[in-house]
Amino acid sequence: MIQEKVAETPAVSGEAPMLLALRNVGKVFSNGVTALSKVDLAIREGDFLSLLGPSGCGKSTALRLIAGLSTPTSGQLDWRGSIDRSNTGFVFQEPTLLPWASVFDNVWLPLRLKGVSRAKAEPAVREVLSRVHLTGFENAVPRELSGGMKMRVSIARAMVTKPRILLMDEPFAALDEITRFKLNNDLLELWQDERFTVVFVTHSVFESVFLSSRVVVMAARPGRVHGELSIDAPYPRDEAFRTSSDYAALCRQASDTLVDAINSTAGSHHDGH
Amino acid sequence: MTAIDDTTLKLDPEEARRARQERLERIGKWVLPLAIMVLAIVLWDRICVWNEIPQYILPRPGVVLQTLHNDAGVLFSSLLVTLRITFLSLLLAVIGGVGLAVLFAQSKWVEMSFFPFAIVLQVTPIVAIFPLINIYVNNQTVKLLLCAWIVAFFPILSNTTLGLNSVDRNLRDLFKLNGATRWQQLRYLRLPAAMPYFLGGLKIAGGLSLIGAVVAEFVAGAQGQSSGLASRIIEAGYRLNAPRLFAALILISLTGILIFLVLSLVSHLILRRWHESALKQER
Repeated sequence: MIQEKVAETPAVSGEAPMLLALRNVGKVFSNGVTALSKVDLAIREGDFLSLLGPSGCGKSTALRLIAGLSTPTSGQLDWRGSIDRSNTGFVFQEPTLLPWASVFDNVWLPLRLKGVSRAKAEPAVREVLSRVHLTGFENAVPRELSGGMKMRVSIARAMVTKPRILLMDEPFAALDEITRFKLNNDLLELWQDERFTVVFVTHSVFESVFLSSRVVVMAARPGRVHGELSIDAPYPRDEAFRTSSDYAALCRQASDTLVDAINSTAGSHHDGH
Repeated sequence: MTAIDDTTLKLDPEEARRARQERLERIGKWVLPLAIMVLAIVLWDRICVWNEIPQYILPRPGVVLQTLHNDAGVLFSSLLVTLRITFLSLLLAVIGGVGLAVLFAQSKWVEMSFFPFAIVLQVTPIVAIFPLINIYVNNQTVKLLLCAWIVAFFPILSNTTLGLNSVDRNLRDLFKLNGATRWQQLRYLRLPAAMPYFLGGLKIAGGLSLIGAVVAEFVAGAQGQSSGLASRIIEAGYRLNAPRLFAALILISLTGILIFLVLSLVSHLILRRWHESALKQER
């Protein structure tokens, strides 16, 4: 019902070609928990799409399905043409770095696993490190970096293979607000320059609205798509946008949808008794 | 220097007390054991004198030191024999322990099937196994090596297995996402992640390989087949040559301490940049 209300005016994504479609996707774990049920989701070229929802709504599961870390129980994932999950980069909730390896070696890793030598990888690694503002930290090891810097390394590592889709699983959830805002800005800048597609999992209404061109709100038990919002505010979005009344209105809209999604779960839960 | 004094002056009583405590602990860590050691040696000497204990029962520390000097030729050549067995068996324990751990890490089934055998080897006293080895193995060195190896390899095996299996789940996913082969995962992820565990096992195994070597020599030496330090001890025991007995004992202890210190240093050097265990002193 909400889907109808908001999906009519897509900002960026309307004309863009489809990159990946989840069709009627379901996932049931071996312990009987239905993590996802009948999820339909279209991801278009250049989208910044957020999956927003309470914990247990299957947003991380959806991301893992897209990444190929897990397979759907029912339904299917349709990739466009020659594109597949080898064109994805993944950023975890934790920085997930090799603690014994330098920043350079951590970023080199995906290329190294594809057989690219250190010398051959060096230009790409240095380039992506400069994109995340970490030039000069090549030889540092993770423990010498702050939480925000570790996350930047993690993003650089995901970007070094030049993926078409960047999958991000609550990447900034563990950071303090100031660092999170800074990383939000930097991520948007990177996204606008490189024009890759982002699927961003979060449980923060404010973060999802600030970043995304589309917000997909999910509900829990079973995990499903509850509704979708198109965030029409123009890019680049900066600190001024963060305090604007437009932003506040969009946040309220997203928040209402989220509350609605949570209530729908509570309702169904209640009905079940 | 003055800067340090200034900050000390500004500290509130609680912080000052803590700083003083830390300084004392830093000094005490070295001074206390040394002081106790010196005290014990002096007491040992006094007890010998006061009670007029004969040298063949309890020699005075000075006599032991003198013996260590006079019998250096015999003792140190025996020490070399023991050391050879110790280090060779440690080397084999590393190769065998890590090799088996890597094998176990390849499949839960392999681990489940073979780990019990490793435990059986570990819990059966080596002295009880030796007569069998004595029957089956002819070569003297191989006999001793096998004994010392059985004692030393288990901590390396169990620790490295634990390490290989305790890799962060997300890191494993990351390697999977990037299409890493089994070998790449082992080489770039599991082996480095197991390093702290392996080094912990190595520290234990270092001491155990010395113990294993000496015990093996003891059992073999009882049959007059060994020339290591243990046989010197047995020999000295038969002849009631207590000073040499003590001298040999001290040599073995010092060797054990040295092995431990060297392995601790190696461990520290390898882990100092990234592992929590090596970072403690920073605070």
